[in-house]
Amino acid sequence: MNNNPQLNRDGELQHLLTTEGLPISILLKILDTAESFVGVTERDIKKVPLLRGKSIFNLFFEPSTRTRTTFEIAAKRLSADVVNLDVAASSQSKGETMLDTVNNLSAMHADMFIVRHSQSGAAHLIARHVKPGIHVINAGDGRHAHPTQALLDMFTIRRYKKDFHSLRVAIIGDILHSRVARSQIHALTTLGVPEVRVITPKTLLSNKVERLGVQVYHDMAQGLKDVDVLLMLRLQNERMLGARLPSAEEYFKYYGLTQEKLALASQDAIVLHPGPMNRGVEIDSAVADGKQSVILSQVTFGIAVRMAVMTILMGN
Amino acid sequence: MQLPNAEQLLVELTEKMRPDVATNIALVGIYTGGVWLAERLHQDLGITLPLGVLDSSFYRDDFDQIGLHSQVRSSNIPFKVDGSHIILIDDVLFTGRTIRAATNELFDHGRPASIRLAALIDRGGRELPIAINYVGTTIVLSEDKMLALERNKNGKLNLSLYDRVNRNSE
Amino acid sequence: MKIHIKNGHLIDPKNGIDVIKDVFIAAGKVVAIGAEPSNFKASRVIDAKGLLVFPGLVDLSVRLREPGFEYKATLESEMKAAVAGGITSLACPPDTDPPLDEPGLVEMLKHRAKSLNQAHVYPIGALTQGLKGERLTEMAELHDAGCVVFGQSDAPFINTRVMMQAMQYAATFGFSVWLRPQDVSLANSGVAHDGEVATRLGLPAIPVCAETIALSTIILMARETGARVHLCRISSAEGVSMIRAAKKDGLTITCDVAVNHIHLSEMDIGFFDSNCHLVPPLRSLSDRDALRIGLMDGTIDAICSDHTPVDEDAKLLPFGESEAGSTGLELLLSLVLKWSLEMKIPLISALAAITTEPAKILGIDVGHLSLGAIADLCIFDPNQYWNVEATVLRSQGKNTPFLGIELQGKVKYTLVNGSIVYEN
Repeated sequence: MNNNPQLNRDGELQHLLTTEGLPISILLKILDTAESFVGVTERDIKKVPLLRGKSIFNLFFEPSTRTRTTFEIAAKRLSADVVNLDVAASSQSKGETMLDTVNNLSAMHADMFIVRHSQSGAAHLIARHVKPGIHVINAGDGRHAHPTQALLDMFTIRRYKKDFHSLRVAIIGDILHSRVARSQIHALTTLGVPEVRVITPKTLLSNKVERLGVQVYHDMAQGLKDVDVLLMLRLQNERMLGARLPSAEEYFKYYGLTQEKLALASQDAIVLHPGPMNRGVEIDSAVADGKQSVILSQVTFGIAVRMAVMTILMGN
Repeated sequence: MQLPNAEQLLVELTEKMRPDVATNIALVGIYTGGVWLAERLHQDLGITLPLGVLDSSFYRDDFDQIGLHSQVRSSNIPFKVDGSHIILIDDVLFTGRTIRAATNELFDHGRPASIRLAALIDRGGRELPIAINYVGTTIVLSEDKMLALERNKNGKLNLSLYDRVNRNSE
Repeated sequence: MKIHIKNGHLIDPKNGIDVIKDVFIAAGKVVAIGAEPSNFKASRVIDAKGLLVFPGLVDLSVRLREPGFEYKATLESEMKAAVAGGITSLACPPDTDPPLDEPGLVEMLKHRAKSLNQAHVYPIGALTQGLKGERLTEMAELHDAGCVVFGQSDAPFINTRVMMQAMQYAATFGFSVWLRPQDVSLANSGVAHDGEVATRLGLPAIPVCAETIALSTIILMARETGARVHLCRISSAEGVSMIRAAKKDGLTITCDVAVNHIHLSEMDIGFFDSNCHLVPPLRSLSDRDALRIGLMDGTIDAICSDHTPVDEDAKLLPFGESEAGSTGLELLLSLVLKWSLEMKIPLISALAAITTEPAKILGIDVGHLSLGAIADLCIFDPNQYWNVEATVLRSQGKNTPFLGIELQGKVKYTLVNGSIVYEN
């Protein structure tokens, strides 16, 4: 059980659950394949017949129209049949367990499940219990992982920065609760980024995070110095409800990304954000819409990266 | 078995195609060998429309058996497909499945007025109703052989024969 | 019934016996060790050649799940599991539904357990009504009904003053108070140790200070009130050193650890193995090592199974939603043997932590094989290996981090009150 549950016996990707422990060859294959799909998404007819006749279930135990839509578009561009299930609103309230739901849908000859759940480890649990031949993509589980988001970030970074081996990357914001941050950290370190920093107040830091291979900063001026890539994280509003942060205003003042703070990074630094953005909380509009922002490219590349992941999984 | 000289065949193929060259003709090479040939033909025939390249991996019919090809390259069709007269270029014509996939992909870029097919070698063994318009030569090979076009570092083309490991690798 | 156990290797930690000697049992008592008494006519002779003979185990925490959670386990299933694990006396926490907070419930449980004629059951009475940490239970009445000690199980005291008063009241009657140190607000909704693994897996975490801060409160209060305090399920290195210091200062407290925690660490969670979702959480490797040392130097007095059978559905959930706990009755002995072999501790010392010491903590006269003692004993084959599989466990709970692992040592016979209640 403790060996990598995403890979089959031949070391091929069977499920995409986390970026942790994935060999660099698989990460690069996903990025390279996504390059080809970018070409497809730029055509008039943005569709290829690769997954014709395959059934892909969007299984969202935690609602997220935005993420669900990107997977839906990716699947449809591969000619797969897509079924969207907002499970939070249906069977779970009738007492059906998550695995019951999965078993029922498997009986409808599902080929792939895209799973989003509020609990860390939900996608792993499903992957362990689906029949052989059914693939699982983790579209975000609790605080644990969001591998396709991290991969599209890597794709975007490679597009703009070419070589991972000379980069300084900073992840800024709520590390403690962020599945995106965890997946980014594993992907960046595997791809050979020599310096990954996290910048956050101590209340939003996860214990022993430096064991994942990052350096911790609490001060933006120090943390942003000579940084080539800024990965902004979304700050959930509920963080202000408890005692983790006093106010959105104070957070913005010390950790929000403004032009002034961005100027502390490398001159040609790029800014990424997984969306949706809280303008005026973690990022200033001038930066979000500025010329160093590649946030809209991320959205475009996100489709190609998800097409690549689906295709590679279905082909294994 | 004595294989024909690829460079010689290319010269012959070029000459067979030359009478049909017109300003509205576009060439599209199929990765990998077809693109090498198309680059040479494009220059030697003085084609004016920019050269197109296709990787038909996303349109193949063997995805369920063998998955995605290890290295997929981006297709690029830099001319208007609607109403164009296209000559598809491949290195070796065999079952016809690659041509079927490539044709399908072309139609996702638009509606060409016509598509013709050119290949350096026709080795027979068609599994689909595909006909060839321009061919360097025709040779007969047993099913378990794989004929591959290769390009050395000086850009010279040559043919090699291999034992087939996988029926679907062509 | 007269039983003659011959040729066995007798280990009795309390009396320091560790030698091949015969045991003679009559009328439920140990009547002779070594030479056969005159006129002893055995109705059953057990040849224990190559086997170990030692006192039946005393387990300080066994959830029998009755009343209220019969779908997880029943008295019948768990009592069978207990004797199959060589356990002849067990204390059950009050966290049933309803909790063991009134004499009628306790009498019923005692009665049901007695009628099964297996291990002796010692209910731990609830300290507060409904385990809510607000109002005291009728401790003296509960004591008369059969509660030997009082505790809160995993339920917190929200109010420190209530905690102090509960300890004072218990001290009035000389009752022992059992507490698991955990600060409820620091633990919050955590499900795993606040360390590398929780960070990697994105699991809500319980910091070590949730244990140590509560521990310091309990230690100070024990001093203040003079209550007899037993600390349940210590999990951290820091906790162990605080208890060591308190004992050195002359405070009479005792302490136990769950057997899982002397073997496992946060690393065993792997990729969200819900069988490793335990209370308290599995902590770091250095914490585990400190627990092992604490046991060896006597800071920790006893090892318990912390048996918590969980139904399969409650484990087939994402880690954080799964129910905590593991089955343990049938693993305790093998896991203690494993620990003693790994740490090169003589078995006689290791056995003390599951016989004499827990008996002392419970204040009951079992866990030894002195002349005249109740004939609760276990005959054990230390060289038989077995695989931990759902099908071989008698407990209704099949949940354990050791599923699929091969363990050493199998109980051959268990005797309670001089009768054979388990034979394999």
